[in-house]
Amino acid sequence: MGIRFILMVNKQGQTRLAQYYEYLTLEERRALEGEIVRKCLARNEQQCSFVEHRNYKIVYRRYASLFFLVGVDNEENELAILEFIHLLVETMDRHFGNVCELDIMFHLEKAHFMLEEMVMNGCVVETSKSNILAPIQLMDKAS
Amino acid sequence: MEQLKTIGRELAMGSQGGFGQSKEFLDLVKSIGEARSKAEEDRIVLHEIETLKRRLSEPDIPKRKMKEYLIRLVYVEMLGHDASFAYIHAVKMTHDDNLLLKRTGYLAVTLFLSDDHDLIILIVNTIQKDLRSDNYLVVCAALNAVCKLINDETIPAVLPQVVELLGHSKEAVRKKAIMALHRFYQKCPSAVSHLLSNFRKRLCDNDPGVMGATLCPLFDLITIDVNSYKDLIVSFVSILKQVAERRLPKSYDYHSMPAPFIQIRLLKILALLGRDDKQASEKMYTVVGDIFRKCDSNSNIGNAILYESICCVSSIYPNPKLLEAAAEVISRFLKSDSHNLKYMGIDALGRLIKISPEIAEQHQLAVIDCLEDPDDTLKRKTFELLYKMTKSSNVEVIVDRMIDYMICINDNHYKTYIAGRCVELAEQFAPSNHWFIQTMNKVFEHAGDLVNVKVAHNLMRLIAEGFGEDDDTADTQLRSSAVESYLRIIGEPKLPSVFLQVICWVLGEYGIADGRHSSSYITGKLCDVAEAYSNDETVKAYAVTAIMKIYAFEISAGRKVDMLPECQSLVEELSASHSTDLQQRAYELQAVIGLDARAVESIMPSDASCEDIEVDKDLSFLDNFVAQSIERGAQPYIPENERSGMLNISTFGSQDQHEVSTHGLRFEAYELPKAPVPPRVAPTVSSTELVPVPEPSYSRETHQAAAASSVSDSGSSELKLRLDGVQKKWGRPAYSSSTPSTSNSTPQKTVNGVSQDVGSTVNSKARESYDLKKSQVEINPEKQKLAASLFGGSSKTERKPPSASHKVAKASSHATESSLVPNKAVVTTEVVSAGTNHQPPPDLLDLGEPSATSSAPFIDPFKQLEGLLDPTLVSSTTNNGASGSSNAPDIMSLYADMSTTGQSSSTGNSVSADGINAIFTSGFSTATSTDQGGVAVAQSSQLSKGPNPKDSLEKDALVRQMGVNPTSQNPNLFRDLLG
Repeated sequence: MGIRFILMVNKQGQTRLAQYYEYLTLEERRALEGEIVRKCLARNEQQCSFVEHRNYKIVYRRYASLFFLVGVDNEENELAILEFIHLLVETMDRHFGNVCELDIMFHLEKAHFMLEEMVMNGCVVETSKSNILAPIQLMDKAS
Repeated sequence: MEQLKTIGRELAMGSQGGFGQSKEFLDLVKSIGEARSKAEEDRIVLHEIETLKRRLSEPDIPKRKMKEYLIRLVYVEMLGHDASFAYIHAVKMTHDDNLLLKRTGYLAVTLFLSDDHDLIILIVNTIQKDLRSDNYLVVCAALNAVCKLINDETIPAVLPQVVELLGHSKEAVRKKAIMALHRFYQKCPSAVSHLLSNFRKRLCDNDPGVMGATLCPLFDLITIDVNSYKDLIVSFVSILKQVAERRLPKSYDYHSMPAPFIQIRLLKILALLGRDDKQASEKMYTVVGDIFRKCDSNSNIGNAILYESICCVSSIYPNPKLLEAAAEVISRFLKSDSHNLKYMGIDALGRLIKISPEIAEQHQLAVIDCLEDPDDTLKRKTFELLYKMTKSSNVEVIVDRMIDYMICINDNHYKTYIAGRCVELAEQFAPSNHWFIQTMNKVFEHAGDLVNVKVAHNLMRLIAEGFGEDDDTADTQLRSSAVESYLRIIGEPKLPSVFLQVICWVLGEYGIADGRHSSSYITGKLCDVAEAYSNDETVKAYAVTAIMKIYAFEISAGRKVDMLPECQSLVEELSASHSTDLQQRAYELQAVIGLDARAVESIMPSDASCEDIEVDKDLSFLDNFVAQSIERGAQPYIPENERSGMLNISTFGSQDQHEVSTHGLRFEAYELPKAPVPPRVAPTVSSTELVPVPEPSYSRETHQAAAASSVSDSGSSELKLRLDGVQKKWGRPAYSSSTPSTSNSTPQKTVNGVSQDVGSTVNSKARESYDLKKSQVEINPEKQKLAASLFGGSSKTERKPPSASHKVAKASSHATESSLVPNKAVVTTEVVSAGTNHQPPPDLLDLGEPSATSSAPFIDPFKQLEGLLDPTLVSSTTNNGASGSSNAPDIMSLYADMSTTGQSSSTGNSVSADGINAIFTSGFSTATSTDQGGVAVAQSSQLSKGPNPKDSLEKDALVRQMGVNPTSQNPNLFRDLLG
């Protein structure tokens, strides 16, 4: 099914956004996030942006203080996921303007809406920034 | 720059509350943002939960407030705390008429609930209603929820509407409807099996987004059933060609690559369709070749496509030109400085060597480099490659490396995995018995608790059976070397239980077989083990049985047995053990020692673990005994089925009996408890067993167990003893020679019980590994050739061939390192240019910023927001407001125009490639539609620029308002992610 979860975690290991594409209980999520974050934060810049964890492969990318972690299954193209992360950040940047951690915290639901447009059933379904943002902007105007 | 920002902040100070969020929310975000530790964060969240519980119990909460509460609840769950007390509020919000509130409600619900949660039933109705909405954004919101919340039971409730929406005029709706159908397919394929043709139809959708999304379900379908979709190859190839030729709208470009994510998915699909199919593959060669040529190899995304092309090339029927291109890309990946590219290169290499093994040769050094890299991810990927390249000549090197790595990691999941790999390789390619035993010892020593028990049984089997050759001396040598190595290892502290079991078993079977060790020496060692691991009953059981075997062999060889004092005390201790199993083994041991040589010989023949045991399931040898008992007045045995039938009508205990035999769920209430009857069962008195006494159910287990040991019951199906398929353990003589008495039949059972377990697993494993071997044989020649070039043949071409490097490496890994250095240097110089280009800085993004700050003063965000809130002003303030309402905004009419023109052209088209061609040309290349597209893009970019100045100002305002400066607690909060 491709993408199993998307996490945004800051340098201190605090979760800023979590979206799962298969249901995990609260405890499972908590444990998984803890383990993954510990693993990824321990890595340095030179090392691969990919980490294996249990049955997942984690593709991660760091932007300023924020880590974007995407858990995928074995059949995914890691480089493409890495670029998917960048596309997500670019999209948020277009919407928020110089997006920063605080934007995501204050507009958690919008960040989720963007993800909802981009990923469904664990598949990347939309990569055109204008298409991703159109409904969000329409909602902004309407409300 | 910094100054400008400060000025911006100052200016924005006046317009507070720009986000429309309450002080409470701001405080929450602020405190979470500044929390220093998990504990502090937990404290904040727990406090927040209390606040929310209070707030939610207040009457008449305004809707906007409620939305904010919901988001705060999302925070609560995201940070790992339970918010189930408020799920119902999320559900309620999905009923709201306001789009933003509704969508927030749906979002919260999808984040909170699993698809089998009880509350879902309350949402299905809302979803149904929303799917019918004439506001397409409401429909989209509902479809998002459908993808997350609908399970196989609720599919029928929404399926007809979802199917209808596949033809919706809005491409966004069609796209989401396709994905909803995809979800149904994932959840319950049979529910949508009649609708699969829709996926084919949507492949020709005139909107590239819908087409791209449709590739996801098609990929799944093709994975399962390739042959039904071979006819689509032409279409996929044609789409890929058009995408690569930039026929899609510019908005799908990513870093100047045309729709890369669609390209990648298409390549994945082609890889499936062309596998082992020459004809199909030939249709793909041109387009894949084009992609190799066109792809920008300096960007990540370009390399992602190239990697996918390699995967495709190595999956479809081989084509020399494409293989060459793939090899070229791989070598570029491997020479790169970027670890990511190296990783992809190693992976790609692992795919390609299956087809052209010779390409590995030129990358020997790069592979060794990756293997020695401190980066675990890279190392593991390289092990994966080596695993694929293993053969008997290099197995020692590879497995040694794997074990070394296995020893130094803590990650149990991977340790288990790599231990399994080592065992597998060792079993398949072991060059010598001695090496095999040594290797297995190492694996067991360091990962014994993690390897599958089967592996242990397999090892025992291999030692017992030898390697299949008819060479007895080799087998004897194998056993001797095993015994020697175990005697060496046995003293080590803290050995894994499974390993100890193997050791005990082998020592018991073969400890004194070659005459090198005395029985007292071996039994002494076994006693030590039993003592050292006194908590591990299984090990103790193995040890005591091994001791019994040693003594039995001694007795049957006519030697006198002197039990060691420690052995004596062990047996005494065990005969008083709480474990009935251990007790029984101890008594057996004592009983065996008391027997004469002939009896022992037939009970425990030496080295008979591979003999077949024939099982007399009817226990006919007991017939005499039974007849005698009946003569003496015992009641005859009544088979259980008759017995229970009889009891059903007559006795009170029928329920109990029934319960035992059915094992189903009971739906009637349990009867009231009766006065407990102490479970007094005399197992030796067979007459009491014949008619089960009505008993409280809790005593049934004891009863059953006791019954199992009685003679008359032993033939019934209730016996725990499953003797079918029992082979090879202590031979037939032991079984048939035993005298028909109750006391004697019990030891047999346990002995056989153990042997049966071992035997059956061993057997199945044996079959498995045989199959494996068989399948391995097919690829072996290729593998051999490759591995010989990589690790064998030493100093032929390379100055420092890896195989030599390994042998040296053991002594000094230094040598390898230093020899690699010059080569590395060459590599770096070669790749410098590629390396620098590796991550192009995002360019487009900084454009908005200067203008944002400069234009900021002219826009009053507060006023703008106010305007937005007023529905009557919508049309005047913005052109694009209230979607779906009667006064259709410009941009929407544009979209609609586009899709209608597109649709009119699509109606006539079938699934053929030409059709797609036509659609794309009509959709994207004709003058009119490009014009429209251009307008749309311009419009939307205007839209997207709108919020920029406003937001960044408000952000700064907030910073001030909260009293947080970049220098305070958590400066990173304000750092531009892309800065």
